[in-house]
Parts: sequence; structure tokens; C-alpha cells
Amino acid sequence: MKSAVIVFPGSNCDRDCAAAIERSTGAKAQFVWHAERELDPDLDLIVLPGGFSYGDYLRCGAVAALSPVMEAVKAAARRGAAVVGICNGFQVLCEARLLPGALLRNAGLKYVCKPVELEVANAQTRFTAGYAGRRTVQMTVGNGEGNFYADEDTLDRLEGEGQVVFRYKENPNGSARGIAGIVNARGNVLGLMPHPDRAFEAELGSSDGAILFQSVAKSA
Amino acid sequence: MAEGRLQATVEVFLKPGVLDVQGKAVEKALHGLGWPGVSDVRVGKTIRFALDPADPAGAEAEVRDMCERLLANTIIESYRVEIA
Repeated sequence: MKSAVIVFPGSNCDRDCAAAIERSTGAKAQFVWHAERELDPDLDLIVLPGGFSYGDYLRCGAVAALSPVMEAVKAAARRGAAVVGICNGFQVLCEARLLPGALLRNAGLKYVCKPVELEVANAQTRFTAGYAGRRTVQMTVGNGEGNFYADEDTLDRLEGEGQVVFRYKENPNGSARGIAGIVNARGNVLGLMPHPDRAFEAELGSSDGAILFQSVAKSA
Repeated sequence: MAEGRLQATVEVFLKPGVLDVQGKAVEKALHGLGWPGVSDVRVGKTIRFALDPADPAGAEAEVRDMCERLLANTIIESYRVEIA
């Protein structure tokens, strides 16, 4: 599997993501600076990491979504490459309109940082095939703006089409319908607030995140 | 101000119905200070900039385009443009 992690100014989980990919799949990940206009044409996986790109100025992910590299990410998504946005990366994907909806300030106002139990709502995506038979998985969240919002029609469509992939067992931030992660209609772009990159080996408290990267590698 | 330069003011608020937790917190604090009559507090932002438009008549449309593409996220926010 050939993979890349995009680095924006203010990204702080880029190295975690690369470590997670490498430890989970054995494949090396390359770092790509946000100012690049081109990506290797044969990437199987592109990860937009967590952090505070551009200081979260204006809105989380809004400025990063206009970074030069994002045109190349969009082209790769059109080509069918797997794109994963984790935490701030999910916010960037929504701002770039690669995924529907938006992330609001947490309903409880607080930054929430803790382990969460997730229901795998759809184990038939290329990101979640490895979770088949698993009722719940554990990862951690760390966000102040992880409250997923979309209008009712969009939420109905997401649920109806199996685009809701992860759901919180206990909603930590007020997300609509407990949604923790969604895929696009085509199923090759995933955004999630919990961090698989902080749950890829038992020493981290959970190795459930590794399965996500392994699932992508298997489908590559 | 230089000749032909306009001043643009953009106000951005979360749409009605979208939870504004900042507004809620401010409202609660105002109640605590002894203003129980305060309700529906919304906290938004104002963005101001000077603009030297190619076509002054099209300045507002230009600023609205900026709002659609960056200054507001129209999934959750509405905006108001003022050109002076």
C-alpha cells in the first residue's frame, strides 16, 4: 500500500498517523506539505491528520480546505483513492465539501479528551471491513469542535445509504444522531472525530484503530 | 481612504436552529448578572476589509462570493454584507 499523510501548518497528529500506518500495515507513509500541488498518482491512501491547521482561524479546517494540496486530494478522491480525515482532518474534508455536514462547537462547550466506545454502524466499507463481527471498538477523542451537524434530510440520507460508519455509544459532544464518522456516497472518503491513530497497539489502551488501516491496505 | 477603495463589512452568524453554545453560555452569564429578560443570545463575528474592486457596481456580488467560498460555511452559517 502506498500512503501519504498531509501536513498543514498546525497539524499535530501527522507523525502519529504515519506511525499508525507503518505499525499497522508495515507500509511506509510519506509526508506531504500542504503547499504541494501534486501527489504521487498511485497513492492508495491519503490521511488528513488531526491538529489545529491554521490555528483553527475563521473555522476549523476552513483555511486548510483551500490549501494548494487540496486540489490534488480532490483529484485523488475522484480517481477512487482512499482518503481519511481524522479529527481536524474530518473538519477539513467537510469544509472542502468532500463530505457533507459540518462540525460545531461541542454541545457541552468543553474540549473533550477521553476514550470512547464506538459502534461500527457499517462494516462493509473499505475502511471498516476488518471490523466485521465486532459490535464495539474503542478509540479516543480529543476535540473542542466535534459536534457533527447536518440538516435532517442529509442525516436521513446518510443513515439510509449506510454512510454512517461509526456511532458513539455515549455521545460525548452532542453530535447529531450520535454520529462519529461518515463516508461519502462512493465510499472512498472517510471522516471521523475519534483517533484510530491513537489506538493502534495495546500499549496505547486499544489496538482497534490498527484494523482501520489494515482494512484499507487489504482493499488496496 | 484611497480613491475607489470601498470598506466591506461582513457579519457571520450561526443559522437559526443551529446550536450556538457560546450564545447559550453568554445568556446564562447575563441572567446571573441580573438580566433575566435576556434571551436568544447569538454570538457571531464581524469581518472588515478594504476592497479595491475591478467594478464598483459588482463589489457586493464579489464580497458575497467571498462569503460563499470562505468567510461563511453556508451549511451552518448565514451572512450579511455591507459595502460603504
